[in-house]
Amino acid sequence: MSFPWANHYEPKHPLMQWMDEKLPLPRFVYNAIGAGYPVPRNLNYFWNFGVLAGFCLVLQIVTGVILAMHYAPNALIAFDSTEHIMRDVNWGWLMRYAHANGASAFFVVVYLHIFRGFFFGSYKAPREMIWLLGVVIFLLMMATAFMGYVLPWGQMSFWGAKVITGLFGAIPLVGEPLQQWLLGGFAPDNAALNRFFSLHFLLPFVIAAVVILHIWALHIPGSSNPTGVEVKTESDTVPFHPYYTAKDGFGLGVFLILYCAMLFFLPNALGHPDNYIPANPMATPAHIVPEWYFWPFYAILRAFTFDFLFIPAKLMGVLAMFSSILVWFFLPWLDTSPVRSGHYRPLFRKFFFFGLIPTVLVLGYCGGAPAVEPYVMISQIATAYYFLHFLVILPLVSSIERPEPLPYSITESVLGSDDNADLKPAS
Amino acid sequence: MADNTGTADIQEHAGTAGEDGVRRRDFINIAAVGAAGIGGIATLVPLISQMAPSADVLAESSTEIDISAIKPGQAIKGVFRKQPVFIRNLTTEEIAKANAVDVSSLRDPQSLEERTKPGKENWLITMGVCTHLGCVPLGAGEGEVKGEFGGYYCPCHGSVYDTAARIRKGPAPKNLEVPVYEFSSDTVVKIG
Repeated sequence: MSFPWANHYEPKHPLMQWMDEKLPLPRFVYNAIGAGYPVPRNLNYFWNFGVLAGFCLVLQIVTGVILAMHYAPNALIAFDSTEHIMRDVNWGWLMRYAHANGASAFFVVVYLHIFRGFFFGSYKAPREMIWLLGVVIFLLMMATAFMGYVLPWGQMSFWGAKVITGLFGAIPLVGEPLQQWLLGGFAPDNAALNRFFSLHFLLPFVIAAVVILHIWALHIPGSSNPTGVEVKTESDTVPFHPYYTAKDGFGLGVFLILYCAMLFFLPNALGHPDNYIPANPMATPAHIVPEWYFWPFYAILRAFTFDFLFIPAKLMGVLAMFSSILVWFFLPWLDTSPVRSGHYRPLFRKFFFFGLIPTVLVLGYCGGAPAVEPYVMISQIATAYYFLHFLVILPLVSSIERPEPLPYSITESVLGSDDNADLKPAS
Repeated sequence: MADNTGTADIQEHAGTAGEDGVRRRDFINIAAVGAAGIGGIATLVPLISQMAPSADVLAESSTEIDISAIKPGQAIKGVFRKQPVFIRNLTTEEIAKANAVDVSSLRDPQSLEERTKPGKENWLITMGVCTHLGCVPLGAGEGEVKGEFGGYYCPCHGSVYDTAARIRKGPAPKNLEVPVYEFSSDTVVKIG
């Protein structure tokens, strides 16, 4: 769908006219991310991260396919082939560092994209489906990233695989057979490594497919915007191209500067030295931690050190960790305030900046720290607040909060007045 | 009928019920979709079971270990199913310590007797796999930390096991698993 005033695709060149009759792909692109897609005129830089996430996906697929040309998914030689890429393959070091740091960059960008959604209420009607698909993409990303980290077959790869597949062992009755089925053995070995490689290659293309659905669902209501007021007239929008292709291009430039700084000057800063030791099933590293982007969830997993009601601590931790993401699926129905943007919600804003954000940062810190006091207790308090925020505070705030007055239109919020505002009903 | 299910003449022919009141089309429809459905579900069996442990992995599920060199107070790490297995020769003090505990007070109540073979109570044979998330606990190797209960200590999340490898403290839900094993002779133990 588009607004009635959207630009129409009119191919001028005979070849493009011929193409348009046979397969209107250029028309599709024009209407999706070209001049045919009208976008609110007031988008701020937080709206860059969707395009940046798309860029990261392409970056990961390109570097990943190249790495797969040189990597050998076999437990005997996987570690050596990774070192072969680093030392012998022409530009191999660049491809591997670009891929490893690309994963981190992807998560940075996606976390900002998600928190943009949290603050500006991007998940609210009529955009629930975009949000739900986004959560699916995030879950697929987590699975892909986890399996990718196993492939170099270093100590962290091996023990990460063991701990994470061990989570499934916590499920009552079927846990242990399920874990053996997932691994194809009693511990991570060649069978597990091979299937992780196969799935790590497949899932990014599944992600790409869900991204297409995500964008398709976005184009039905159109993009949201920082005021949360829906588009009313043509003066509220500008064509995606050239306005937001230019703005996204600038954002991409800034992103690439930061990414390249990491890639060329601190390529191992986010990695772990233990992963340069070949996998050894007989010795656990002193301190197992996942990659930084899983730390908040890892902290929630470890926060349950006591049996909860009749559920064992281990299972409770697993359930809580999965629930911490699954709760996002219910967000559109937990936050019932009709006002989308946090800019006009004084109480929501306080809980967002002083509740949710510090909690997630604290969880992230604790997830990377050893499992000793005081980190365990801090994780427990933060985990409690995390769930309280989504399940209790958001619904409660929505019902008692008195939002600030909204602008009549996007145009008014940008220019201070809107010619069409005269048409406003005298309420 | 609102749906377009075919041209009018075919519609009339296939859409009329026979003497028994069953339309030919309905029968063919249910039979065809049913057969395809059962066939489709049957295809899932190989697709799913190919991921289960393969024959060569299962073939490695028994191992023999020589224990003649393990003196009281010592332990070795063997390999069983590509996972560590701890074989420990308990001292009399360690046995006494394990038996002194009130079994009903434990998280996973088991006595040392139940976890060893009769007459061989000094031989504590367990998997070296923490029941929390699968790390290898410390305590079997020379000079490793044994934890405050003198058995094993898992550095990952701080689970502590006693001299019968029973869980005493920390997040692990169960005692270290005792694998299936038997003594082939006085000096050789066959695990699995």
